[in-house]
Amino acid sequence: MQYVETRQATLSVPKKRDLIMQKYKRLLPEIGMLLPAIILLLIFVFIPFFLSAYFSFTNEKLMPRPIPTQLLGFRNYERVLTDPEFWQAVGNTVYFALWVIPIQLTMSLGSAILLNSKLKAVGLFRSITILPMLTPMTVIVAIWAALLQTPDGMFNGLYQWITQSNDYIDWLGDGDIAMFSIVMLSAWATFPFQMLIYLAGLQEIPADRYEAASIDGFSNWNKFRYITLPGLRNTNIFVVIITTIGALSLFTQVNMLTQGGPNGSTMTIIQYMFINGFQAQKIGYASSVAVIFFIAVATIGILQRHLMKNE
Amino acid sequence: MKIFKYFTAIFLSLIVLIPLMMTVTISLNPDNTDIMASMGSWKSFIPTHFSLDNFEKVWTDPYHPFGRYFFNTALITAVSLTLSLAVNSMAAFALAWGENRYKKVILGAIIAVLAIPVESLVLPQLLMVSRAGLIDTYIVQILPVTANAFFIFLFYQFFSKIPKDLIDAAKVDGFNLFKTFWHIGLPSAVPVSVTVAILHFLAIWNSYLWPIMVTRGTEVRPLSVAMSAYFSGNQTSWGNVMAFAVCMAIPVIIFFLIIQRKFVASLTGSAVKG
Repeated sequence: MQYVETRQATLSVPKKRDLIMQKYKRLLPEIGMLLPAIILLLIFVFIPFFLSAYFSFTNEKLMPRPIPTQLLGFRNYERVLTDPEFWQAVGNTVYFALWVIPIQLTMSLGSAILLNSKLKAVGLFRSITILPMLTPMTVIVAIWAALLQTPDGMFNGLYQWITQSNDYIDWLGDGDIAMFSIVMLSAWATFPFQMLIYLAGLQEIPADRYEAASIDGFSNWNKFRYITLPGLRNTNIFVVIITTIGALSLFTQVNMLTQGGPNGSTMTIIQYMFINGFQAQKIGYASSVAVIFFIAVATIGILQRHLMKNE
Repeated sequence: MKIFKYFTAIFLSLIVLIPLMMTVTISLNPDNTDIMASMGSWKSFIPTHFSLDNFEKVWTDPYHPFGRYFFNTALITAVSLTLSLAVNSMAAFALAWGENRYKKVILGAIIAVLAIPVESLVLPQLLMVSRAGLIDTYIVQILPVTANAFFIFLFYQFFSKIPKDLIDAAKVDGFNLFKTFWHIGLPSAVPVSVTVAILHFLAIWNSYLWPIMVTRGTEVRPLSVAMSAYFSGNQTSWGNVMAFAVCMAIPVIIFFLIIQRKFVASLTGSAVKG
C-alpha cells in the first residue's frame, strides 16, 4: 500500500507540471486570438468611455496647456443644462426623431412587404430600391442640396406645378421647414437598410401560416395584423432601436447642409457637441454633452426593448 | 391588387431613381446656366447633353486631387477591412470555443459595448490621437474602426452554432484553437464574413464625423470628407459637384450590383438580426 502511494507521488510531480505546461500551450493560441480585439477595444472604446466621463468634470482642452486641468465638479453639466442652445438642439433632435422614425419604418416595412411578394422583376425592383443605401451619405446630401435648391430646385418646381404659382419655399433657409427637409432626405437615404432587415424577417415567417389563413378566409389586413406583425416581433425591436439611435445621432446631413442654422433651427445634439468640443476645443464641456447623450440613448434603448418585449 | 402592387413598386423605384438620374444628368451638362434653368423640371433627369467637361474639371482640380482622395479611401477600406475581418473573427472564435475562464466576462463586456454610440466616444478618442501625434495619418482612420463589438457578436453567433463534435474531433487530431479556427471555423464563415465586410465597407464610405476631425490636409483625406469640402467650395457650379458625386458613388454602386445576389442574400440571411 505504502509502496504504491510513494510511487504515485513521485510520478505525479512531473505530471502536474506537464499538465500546467500543456494547459498554457493550449491557452496560448487562444490568448493570441483574443488579444488584438481586446487591446483595440480597450484603447478605442473602454478607455475613451471612462475618459469621457472624467473629462466631463474638468475644463480639459483639446490642445495641451501650461496650466494644469482643473476639476470643476458638476459645473459643466450645470452650464450645459442651462444653455438654451443645448435645449434647442435637444428639441430639434427629438423633433427629427419623431418624424423620421415613423416615416422610415413605414417606408421600409411597406417596401419590404411589397418586394417580398411574387412580382415579376422583383429582383430589379430590389436592386433599384437599395441604391440609396449604396450611395455614400455625403453624396446624398449634395444631391439633395440640388433638389432643395431655392428657388430653382426640383422640389420648388414640383411645388410651383402643384400650386400653379410662382411662389417658392426656402427648403433649407426657412427655420420652420429646414429640419423637415432633412427628415425627408434622411428617410430617403437610410430606409433601404431597414427594408433589408425586414425582408430577412419576412422570409423567416413560414409560408404555410399564410396558406392556412387564406383557407380560413382572412383578409389581407388581418393576415398582416395576425401573422406578419407578430412574426416580425424580434425584427421590429431591432429595427426600431437602430433607427432611433441613428435618428438621435443625426450629424452629417446637418453639418454639411446648414451647420445647425438658420437660427439654430437644425442644431442637433451631436452638432452641438461637435461645435463645442472640436471647433471651440472645449473637450471638458463637450464631454458632458457626450455623457448626457449616452445616458439618453441607453435609457431610450432599454425602455424600447422593455416596452416592445412586454407588448 | 396585382396592378396596385406594380404601381407602388414603380412609384417607389421612381422616388429612388429620380434624384440619382438628376445627378447623372447634371454631371453631363457643361452649361451652368442651362443647369440652373432646367433644374426644377423633368429636363433635369433625362440627359440631353453628353459632355465630360465637368468630369475633367473634377479630375484636374488642383485644390481637390480626386485621384488622391480615391486612393486614400481605397487604401483605408482595404486595410481596415482585412484587419477587421481577421481580428473580429479570431476573437469571436476564441470566445465561442476557447477554454479560458474569463470568456463569459469578456463576452458580457463586448455585448455591453454595443450600447455605446460611437458619437459619445469621439472626443476622448480625438484627444488621445491628437496627443499621440496621429492626426493626419492613415493609422488614425484604420485602427479605431478595426475591432468592432457588433462584428465580434455576429461572428460569435455564427461560430457558436458549429457542432461540438466537429470541434472535438479537431482537438483529438491535435489541432490547437487557432488551427481549428483556420481549418474549420473560417472556411465555414463565408456568409457572415460577407455580411461583416459589407457593413464595414458601407461604414467606411459613410464615415464623416471621425475623418472630419482627424484629417486636416488633402494627403490622407478620404472621399467622404472631400465630397463635403468640394460641395461647400463649389456651391454654385452644380455640374462639377454632381460630377464629383457620380465619380464617388459609381464605383460602389457598380461593385454592389455585380455582387447583388450574394449581397441581398447575405444581408437578408439570418446574420443581421441581433
